[in-house]
Amino acid sequence: MNEKQMTAPDSHYEQMIAEESVCTTENIVYEKPHTLTDTPFHYCPGCGHGVAHRLIAEVIEEMDIQEETIGVAPVGCSVFAYNYLNIDMSEAAHGRASAVATGIKRVLPEKYVFSYQGDGDLAAIGTAETIHTCNRGENILIIFINNGIYGMTGGQMAPTTLPNMKSTTSPFGRDTNSMGYPLKITELIAALPGTYYVTRQSVHKPLNVRKAKKAILNGFQYQKLNRGTCFVEIVSNCPSNWKMTPVESNKWLEDNMLPFYQLGDIKVPKEEIK
Amino acid sequence: MKELKLMKGNEALAEAAIRAGCDGYFGYPITPQSEVLEYLSREATARTGMVVLQAESEVASINMVYGAAGTGKKIMTSSSSPGVSLMQEGISYIACAELPCLLVNVNRGGPGLGTIQPSQGDYFQSVKGGGHGDYKLIVLAPSTVQEMSDFVKLSFELAFKYRNPVMILTDGALGQMMEKVELFPQQPRTNEIYPWATTGKKHERERSIITSLHIQPDKMEEINIHLQEKYRTIEKNEVRFEEVDCEDADFIILGYGLVARICQKAAQLAREKGYKVGVLRPITLFPYPTDVIRAYSEKVKGMMVVEMNAGQMVEDVRLSVEGRTTVDFYGRMGGIVPTPEEILEAFENKVLGRK
Repeated sequence: MNEKQMTAPDSHYEQMIAEESVCTTENIVYEKPHTLTDTPFHYCPGCGHGVAHRLIAEVIEEMDIQEETIGVAPVGCSVFAYNYLNIDMSEAAHGRASAVATGIKRVLPEKYVFSYQGDGDLAAIGTAETIHTCNRGENILIIFINNGIYGMTGGQMAPTTLPNMKSTTSPFGRDTNSMGYPLKITELIAALPGTYYVTRQSVHKPLNVRKAKKAILNGFQYQKLNRGTCFVEIVSNCPSNWKMTPVESNKWLEDNMLPFYQLGDIKVPKEEIK
Repeated sequence: MKELKLMKGNEALAEAAIRAGCDGYFGYPITPQSEVLEYLSREATARTGMVVLQAESEVASINMVYGAAGTGKKIMTSSSSPGVSLMQEGISYIACAELPCLLVNVNRGGPGLGTIQPSQGDYFQSVKGGGHGDYKLIVLAPSTVQEMSDFVKLSFELAFKYRNPVMILTDGALGQMMEKVELFPQQPRTNEIYPWATTGKKHERERSIITSLHIQPDKMEEINIHLQEKYRTIEKNEVRFEEVDCEDADFIILGYGLVARICQKAAQLAREKGYKVGVLRPITLFPYPTDVIRAYSEKVKGMMVVEMNAGQMVEDVRLSVEGRTTVDFYGRMGGIVPTPEEILEAFENKVLGRK
C-alpha cells in the first residue's frame, strides 16, 4: 500500500474501483461461472444441489461447450435447474428425463446432452427409462442426486431411503419388511453393457467436491467417444427434510449414507481421455 | 410422373413420413399399427438418415418425441388406443410447451385392452383433450389410404405453422387395408434452426427453455390465454371437410374417417329409394366444421351421425345444430364396422321414422 492509500483509504478505494484499476483479470481469484445465470438459487441453505449445479456450470465453461450443450431438468427440487444454468435446457415430466435426453441426443448426436435427476425421479417413477436408456448405451451423461428423500413434496420416503430412516411416509422409520429395501440403482446400471462410466461421489466436503467435479468432467468428455452412457451419482443431503442443520446433515450423511452408498468409481472406462 | 403403389394404410403413412423429410420416429409395437415402426425400421435410415428408435414403452416414446421435437426437428410417433392412453401425460406437456410434432392413433376397440379391430372410440380423447389441462391437438381424420399418406405431409406443415402437435386419428381397418396410393415426391430433410429450439445456446440469443412449468398463476394464465388465442386462429383458418351430394339434400348423414365412405354407399342406396341424402365428412375433427353443419341445419329436414362408437362426435354435431333440426345417431362398438344396409335401415327407422 502506498502512502496515499493509507491517508485516505475509503475515498481512494472508491476511486480505484471506479477506475477499475483493481478489477483486473490477474486480481480475480474466484468468480461465478458465466454458465450460471444471475438468478439466486431457491435451494435451502446447506443443500448439495447448489454445489452440484456450480460444478456442472464450471465444467461446461472450462470445456467451452456452452453452445454445444443441452441439459434436461427433472421434476423434484431441481425442477428449476434451467433457471440457473445458462444453457439450452428442456424440462421433463417426472421420471422421463433420460427419455427426453435420448430424444435430443438421437437427433443432435454431435451435442453434449445430460440429464439431472433426483432419486425419486430416476429410481422410482423413472426406473424403466433409466435402465433402458443405460441399456441402449445412449451417449449421454446422467447426473443422479441421491439424498434418500423426496425434497420438493416435503420429505416422503424415496426408493433410496435407508432402512429405519424416518420420513413423512415412514414416520417410524423405513420398515424393510413392508416398505422394501433402498435401491442401489447405480450398481444395477453399472452391470449393463450399455454403460461406459459409472461412479458415485458426494459434495459434502471440499475434497469430495473436487472429485465430483472430475467425475462430471469425465462424464462430459467421454460423450465424444460414443461408447455408452455415463452415470455420476452424487450422494447428497437434505437438511430441511432430514430436519437437521446443514452441518448436522453432512455429518449424518457421512455416518449413515456413505457406509451404505459407498463412494468411488463403480465402472471405469478402459481408456482415459487425454 | 405419377408414382402409384398398392399399399397398406400403415405403410403408406410410414412411406409418407420418410418422403415428408421426417427427422425422427420414436415408437413401441402395438397392433394394429406395428407396420409403421416395422416399415420405418426397414426403410427410413438408409434412405434419408432419419432416426428410428423402438422405445421401451409408449411413455418413453412420447417423452423422446418431446425431447427431440424441442430441438425443432420433424418428429413423430404412432400407436394404437391403449398406447395412446399411456402417452397422454406427455401429449399435454408437448401441447403446453408448443412443440410441433405428429402423433398417429390407429384406433382399436376399447375400453381397456379391448380388441384389435377398428373403432372410433378415441374421438373424445383426441378432440377434447385426452391429457390434463386445457389444450387442443389439431386432429385430422383420413378416410382413404391416399389420405393416410397425404395427411402426414399436411400434419407437419400445420404442426410447424402453429407450433402445435397434430394427431392423425385413423383406425385399424384403414391401417391394415390395401389401396392404390399416389405417393408425393421425396422432400429433403431440412436443417432449419428455430430460435425457440434447444440446439445449444449461441452467444447472440437467450437460452432456449422447453418447459410447461409456470408456477406463478398469472404467468400460467397468460400461457393459457395465448394457447386459446392460437386455437381460435386455427379454428378460423384450418377447418377442412368434404361434402357429397349435400346441395339438394333433404337429409344429411355425418361420419368421419372410414365410416364416411360407408355412409356414402348408404346415401346412394337411400337416393335409389327416392330420399335425397347427402354425406358430410369432417376431415379436421379439431378444428371442427361447426359453421357448415350449422348452415345445413337451417335447410335440411334431419341429420344422422354414424360412428364406430357409442356416440361421441354426435355431441359436436348437436352443439353445431343447436336444436335447429333433429340429430339422430347410429353406432357400432367394440370393433364392429357397420354395413351400408344397416346404416340405411337406421336412417329409415330413426330419421324417417320420427317424421
